[in-house]
Amino acid sequence: MYAYDEIDRTLVNERVSEFRDQVQRRLSGELTEDEFKMLRLQNGVYLQLHAYMFRVAIPYGTLASNQLRRLAHVARKYDRGYGHFTTRQNIQFNWIKLSDLPDALADLAEVGIHAMQTSGNNMRNVTSDQWAGVAPGEIEDPRIWSELIRQHTTLHPEFSFLPRKFKIAITASDHDRAAIKVHDIGLRLIKNEKNETGFEVLVGGGLGRTPFIGKTIKHFVHGRDLLSYIEAILRVYNQYGRRDNIYKARIKILVHELGIEKFSREVEEEWQHIRNSSLQIDDEVIEDIRSRFIYPAYEKLPHMPDELRQAAADPDFEAWRKNSVAAHKNPGYSIVTISLKPIGAPPGDATAEQMDALADLADTYSFGEIRVGHEQNLALPHVAKRDLPALWKALDKLGLATPNVNLITDIIACPGLDYCSLANARSIPIAQELTRRFANHELANLIGRLHINISGCINACGHHHVGHIGILGVEKNGEEVYQITIGGRADESAALGNLIGPGVKFDEVADVVEDIVEAYLALRERPEELFVDTVKRLGVEPFKERVYATR
Amino acid sequence: MTSPLQQKLKINGSSVVTANRTWDGVVVYRTAAKGWSADLADAAIVRNSDEAKALLAEAVADDVGAIGPYIAPVQVDEAGKILPGNLREQIRRDGVTIDLPV
Amino acid sequence: MPLVNGGKIADDSFVKLAVDTPLPEGGDVLVPAERFLSDTDALLKRGGKVGVIWPNNRDIGELVPHLGEIAVVALVFPSFRDGRAYSQARLLRERYNYRGELRATGQVLRDQFVFMLRAGFDSFEVKKQADAEAFMQTAKRYSVFYQPTGDGRITALHRRMQLRHSEGVGT
Repeated sequence: MYAYDEIDRTLVNERVSEFRDQVQRRLSGELTEDEFKMLRLQNGVYLQLHAYMFRVAIPYGTLASNQLRRLAHVARKYDRGYGHFTTRQNIQFNWIKLSDLPDALADLAEVGIHAMQTSGNNMRNVTSDQWAGVAPGEIEDPRIWSELIRQHTTLHPEFSFLPRKFKIAITASDHDRAAIKVHDIGLRLIKNEKNETGFEVLVGGGLGRTPFIGKTIKHFVHGRDLLSYIEAILRVYNQYGRRDNIYKARIKILVHELGIEKFSREVEEEWQHIRNSSLQIDDEVIEDIRSRFIYPAYEKLPHMPDELRQAAADPDFEAWRKNSVAAHKNPGYSIVTISLKPIGAPPGDATAEQMDALADLADTYSFGEIRVGHEQNLALPHVAKRDLPALWKALDKLGLATPNVNLITDIIACPGLDYCSLANARSIPIAQELTRRFANHELANLIGRLHINISGCINACGHHHVGHIGILGVEKNGEEVYQITIGGRADESAALGNLIGPGVKFDEVADVVEDIVEAYLALRERPEELFVDTVKRLGVEPFKERVYATR
Repeated sequence: MTSPLQQKLKINGSSVVTANRTWDGVVVYRTAAKGWSADLADAAIVRNSDEAKALLAEAVADDVGAIGPYIAPVQVDEAGKILPGNLREQIRRDGVTIDLPV
Repeated sequence: MPLVNGGKIADDSFVKLAVDTPLPEGGDVLVPAERFLSDTDALLKRGGKVGVIWPNNRDIGELVPHLGEIAVVALVFPSFRDGRAYSQARLLRERYNYRGELRATGQVLRDQFVFMLRAGFDSFEVKKQADAEAFMQTAKRYSVFYQPTGDGRITALHRRMQLRHSEGVGT
């Protein structure tokens, strides 16, 4: 994990005192809401239906146990005792008072957490693979580069008032867990023929009203040129991105309207001016950042310890292990995903008690480190295999051992109309009902990997376009109606789902999903053929026929 | 950005002006006494676009007190009780439709 | 609208001319881009200084041939949310080496001062009197900067390098 130094801490503290001053000016009437809105958004403060919502950044999804405890403290002291982990490695608190926000931020700043640029038309939290640094086969730890970009784009004097928000994600694995193809800039860390680190750069991906899969703008940008290349993209976007229509202001629209060739020529021309400037990163700078990522001192441990062998007799443990435990680059260790999707609960929520308890478990079993993934689950990244049975028992007691990772009940959902002022329809109750329908673990396992993503409006915070089954809530004549797509995916083969037919009512969504799943079970060639592959092979039609035959 | 006062107002039946209180974000309703109340029962009811515009103008002028005022539909039952006119407003008055995790 | 120049509230010697306002005999004038470009010689021949108000959607490159002859470039923030002029400012300072007065006009509020200073602005037509009065205090709000810009402030990355070397790390 990255350890802040005095320089980073000073900046965060200066930001807190600036925001304290801004809040004070707002409450005294010196700032109008119109003026303040942009300032509060730049610090992660939204207004939702019932209260302000406060979004805190968890850069590249890495948290230390003391940081997680502090998030629990904020939930308890300033909110209602829980938090909501989002699809972009942030946590949201839903009930916070504006007058309490400066104190909450100051409490977080003490442990090096901030809310800078978690909203607003600027560079958002730079996200990464939640298994970064521990995944087998990874080229190198992408978080070093995420941190470099995070620093470079924090309070950037030129790019804090972009046409619209801007999101970057980085992966260094073949299997993309960071959804880089649906980001404004997606970075895939690769090596060139000289074994030098660089990036394939994708641009113009995104979901929302007009979804696009990102396009490759440059096949290899050397690591030393990464900042200047990103700066060139941002400068072109800042000057030419549309500002006349909020729905056409994202970079994906500019890339689409200019075409990737013309856009890349503009970027290239700008880049040639600045690539040999002070933006060039020398190895020493990278080494300095790398040196402040602390890696555990792993022991040499057996691949198959006795504890694990004995616990294998317990079918519940085995079900969990097979589902939630993944291979670690060090064979004596595992990566443990912690499902925040218990049956019948809101996806991604964790109580303050759970956060505190998880922080303790991280200290005991994971070198004090926790990860947050875009699927709204957590992970303990360095668990010795011999500790898996004990960890499982502890997680189970906390309600955090649901063995449904990547299964049909591991649903991504935005807060929807229960919380969000932009939403047209509810998301959480749909997710809850679906988890109840597929609560049977045997059934969920039989179905296999299947991602359901739910958004309560066209802004697509629930990533519905890239769900294997995507559910979009809209409002029609005062009623909640849900449009269902199939065949989307967010990984290295990212694709947008296709609409299966007319929208259905709130009460019918779970029935329709059941029909889709039944159709899949009947249509798949063999049990290993995943839902999304069956859809790819057969198209939407056979699913549509079955779902709408009786409707 | 179009100011709320310039937007076209189409009023179907009874309406209120609602917003969120600035210092804590709580849902509030504009009252006839030129103030705000967290209780929908205290809301001033408007029944045509002129009344609505006037009430909204007053609410917008209180930028320090509350944020984002807008006109929301309500139903007034036979006993005179004011009820939210749609699901969104029902959720704003009653809270989320799900059990909170704590 | 108070002008902040050199860190203090200052008198503005420049008179803003519209496209068709008759040119005064003497005194400093600030003219719109199109008037400057169509009437460059007449404007520069006069006694007073000449400044240009450059819109944020026009290529700043067009102004480059004249940068040595003008006293002020005034860039425009039609809304505080519209950040195009930050890019124009950096290009003027960092690519085209403009050294004259670079003025921020339009919706200029206290909370943008640090960004504007870093982008190269050195004078500010501030919307609110209280913000103008708070200029110096606000400009000192931050002591840490993560990005290199033409303002010469040392970045966090480089400060760390200096610290490492002075501590003899790695030697």
